[in-house]
Amino acid sequence: MLTYFLRRLVGIVPTVVLVSMFVFALQQMLPGDPALAMAGEERDPESIAYIREKYRLNEPIWVQYGYWIAGVLQGDLGISLRTNIPVTELIAQKLPVTIQLAVMAIVIALLIGIPMGALSAIKRGTPLDWIANVTALSGLSIPNFWLGILLILLVSVHLGWLPASGYESPFVDPAQNLRTMIMPAFVLGTALAATMMRHTRSAMLEVLTSDYVRTARAKGVRERLVIFRHAFRNALIPVVTIGTLQFGELLAGAVLTEQVFTIPGFGKQIVDAVFNRDYAVVQGVVLFSSLAFILLNLLADMAYFVLNPRIRV
Amino acid sequence: MTRKLSLAVTAGLMLLGSAASAETLRIGLADDPDVLDPDQSRTFVGRIVYTALCDKLIDIDPDLNFVPQLATAWSWSDDGKALTMKLREGVTFHDGETFNAAAVKYNIERSKNLPESRRKSEVKSIQSVDVVDAMTVKFNLAAPDATLMATLSDRAGMMMSPKAAEAAGAGLGANLVCSGPFKFVERVQQDRIVGEKFAGYWNADKIHFDQVIYRTIPDSTVRLANLQAGDLDVLERLSPPDIPTVKADGKLKLVDVVGLGYQGITINVGNGDKSKTPLGQDARVRKAVELAIDRVALNQVVFDGAHLPGNQFVSPQSQFYAKSVPMPGRDVAKAKALLKEAGLDKFEFEMQFANNPDATRAAQVIQAMAAEAGIDIKLRATEFATMLKEQTAGNYQSTQVGWSGRVDPDGNIHTFMTCKGGINDSRYCNPEVDKLLEAARQTNSLEERKKLYASAMELLDRDRPIIYLWHPKWIWALRGDIDGYVPYPDAMIRLPGMRKAS
Repeated sequence: MLTYFLRRLVGIVPTVVLVSMFVFALQQMLPGDPALAMAGEERDPESIAYIREKYRLNEPIWVQYGYWIAGVLQGDLGISLRTNIPVTELIAQKLPVTIQLAVMAIVIALLIGIPMGALSAIKRGTPLDWIANVTALSGLSIPNFWLGILLILLVSVHLGWLPASGYESPFVDPAQNLRTMIMPAFVLGTALAATMMRHTRSAMLEVLTSDYVRTARAKGVRERLVIFRHAFRNALIPVVTIGTLQFGELLAGAVLTEQVFTIPGFGKQIVDAVFNRDYAVVQGVVLFSSLAFILLNLLADMAYFVLNPRIRV
Repeated sequence: MTRKLSLAVTAGLMLLGSAASAETLRIGLADDPDVLDPDQSRTFVGRIVYTALCDKLIDIDPDLNFVPQLATAWSWSDDGKALTMKLREGVTFHDGETFNAAAVKYNIERSKNLPESRRKSEVKSIQSVDVVDAMTVKFNLAAPDATLMATLSDRAGMMMSPKAAEAAGAGLGANLVCSGPFKFVERVQQDRIVGEKFAGYWNADKIHFDQVIYRTIPDSTVRLANLQAGDLDVLERLSPPDIPTVKADGKLKLVDVVGLGYQGITINVGNGDKSKTPLGQDARVRKAVELAIDRVALNQVVFDGAHLPGNQFVSPQSQFYAKSVPMPGRDVAKAKALLKEAGLDKFEFEMQFANNPDATRAAQVIQAMAAEAGIDIKLRATEFATMLKEQTAGNYQSTQVGWSGRVDPDGNIHTFMTCKGGINDSRYCNPEVDKLLEAARQTNSLEERKKLYASAMELLDRDRPIIYLWHPKWIWALRGDIDGYVPYPDAMIRLPGMRKAS
C-alpha cells in the first residue's frame, strides 16, 4: 500500500508542474494590461512604469515564470497588485470560508440526494419516482444565481428570517455564521443533490437487478435487509466518486453563489482578480485549488484501494 | 405535522437571530476598494471609505466651494506661487500623535516621494513645504496652480499619522492611521471594512454612530435586496431600473445628485491607423454623428430619465458650463446633409463599449438613432480593462466611455485634450486648446478661468474629438430611518450629521 501511495504521489509532480505552467501561460494571454488596470483611471505614465518594473512585467514570460515558481517553492505566492496583501495571506483568509461552504453543501447534497435516489430506484415507475426525477431535473436546470436571488427575496426580504448576506467567522459569531451560510449552502447543495440523486438511482437500479440480490431474495431475506445490507452499500461506491469530485470542484470556489450571497471565498476572489488583472492572485489561488483537487482525488483513490481489493494488483 | 415542522423551523431561526446594534451604520459599496492608503489607492469606492477614516486639509460643500476641514484658513500670495494654510488646533491622529504643520509637510512629501505613490502627478506643482510655525504651513509652487485646492480636498490632502506611515512604509494600507471620525478596525477582503468611532475626533459631536461597516456587494439587485431586508442602511450607485422599486417601498428613500463626470463617445482622431477613417479625419462627419443622437430620448429610454443630458466636459449645472455652446437638438436631415457634404452616402464605423447592462443598452440606442441618419455603427462589447488597453494602443475607432469627474474642471479636460495629456487616447492635438487649458491652470481668478474654459470648449465643439452625451447622477437608496444625509456631487458619503431616527 505504501509503495502504491508513493508511486501516486510522485505521479502528481508532473501534473502540478503542468498546471502551474498552464495557469501562468493562460492568463498572460488575457487581453488587457495589468499595469494599466492597476494604474487606474488616471493612468499616470510614471506609476505605470513603476508597476511594470516592480512586478517584472517587462521581462519575458519565462523569466517571470522562473521568478514566480522559485517563490512558490519557498512558500511565497507573491503579492496582490491591487491590495498589496500577500497571496498566501489571502488564501489563508478565504480557505476556511470556502471549506465550510463546501462541507455544508456536500452534507445537504448527501442528505437529500442519496435517500431520494435510493427511494426512487426502489419505487421505480411509481409517482414517487416520477416526482423525484422531476425535482432532480429542476435542481440541475435552475441556475444557482437565480435560485439564490429568489431565495434572498423570499427568505430575507419578504419573510425576514435570515440575513441576505453579512458573513461572519464561526469563531466570532457561530449563530450569525450559520444564518448567513445556510442559504448559499442550500443553493449549492440542492444542485449537487440532483446529480447525486441521479447517480444513486442508477447505481441502485443496477444493483437491485444483480444476481446476488436475486439470490438473497430467493433465500427469503427480508426486503428491508436486502435493500440496506446488500444493495445500498454497493450502490454507494460510484456515489463516493461523484461526491469527492464535487467536493473538489467546490473547493475551487462557487463563483456565482458566492457573488450573490457575498460570501468572501475563493470564487469571488478569482473573479475579482481576473477583472483587475491581479496576476499573482489568480495564479496563487488557481494553483492552490488545483493542488487541493489533485490531492482529493488521490485520497479518493486511496479509499478505493482500501475498499476494493481488486485495485491492489 | 407540516405545521409543527414549520413552527419548529421558525423558532429555530429566531433563536439564531440577534438584533443588530442600533449605533452601527452599514453602507453597501458596489466594488471592493483597493489598498487603503490614500497615497497608493486609485478606486472610487476607496475614497468613500476614506471619508470615514481620514480627514483632509480642506473639504468641499455641496456647491463645490472649498470649506475648512483640517486647515481653518488659507491665502494665496499675489504671484499665485505660494499657498499658506492655518491648521486646526487640537487635532490628534488615531494613534494619539498630534496633528501639526510638520505632519502636513511629511504627508505631502510622502505623496511626492513614496515610490508606490499614485499622487505624484497631482502634487507635482508643489516644490517644497515650509513649516512656518507649529500650526501654519506654506506650499511653494513652481508656477501658479489653480487645481491645487481641489487636489488638497481629495486623497493628496488626506493626513496620515507620520509616525505610523514612517513605521509601515508602503504597507500602511494594512492598518491605516489618520485623524478622521472613525478608526480603522478590520478589513476582510471583498467583504467588509469596519471602523469604530474615534473618541478624540475634533468634530465628535456630529458623529452619531459608534461603528461604521462598509460592505462590498457588487450585484445591484443583491445590494438592493440587502437594503430591503434591513441588512444595510445605505447603498451607493442604485441601478436606474431599480428606482421604481425603491420609490414603491415605504421603508426606503431615494437621494440623488448630478455628479462631476460625463459619459460620451471618445473618437480616435490621431491615434494610429485606426484614426484614418472619415470619422477620425473629418469633423463634419463627427458632427453628423452628434446630430443623429437625441440626448434627451437616450436618457429617457436607457435610464428612465435618471441622468442629465449634456454636451460639455462639465454638466449644465456647473459654473464652468460654456453658455456659448448650447446643447444641440437632434437633426437627422442636417446630419445627412453633412455626410453628403463630406462626400459620403452611407457610412459605417465601429464603437466599443464596456460589456455591462447599462452601457450595452446605451450603445444599442445610439446605434438605432444613428441608423436613421444613414450611419451604420458596428458595436463591439469589450471587457473594461481590455477596452482601456485597446484605447491606449489606438486599436479602436470610437469608444462609448466616460470619466468619473473631478472637483476642479481641469481634471475633466486637461489630461484628455492637451497634446501631451496622459489619457489623450483620441490623440487630439490643438496648440490653441493647449494654450487655453494651460492658462486656466495658472490663474486663480474664477471669472478668468470661466472665460478660458468657454473658449476651449468652443474650439472643442468645432473639432469634436469627444461627443459628450450625459452626466450620470449619483443615486443612493437609504433606509427610511436614516436622517441627515446630504448628497455631494463627488459622491462621497460624509458621515457627520447622519443619524438613525429612533
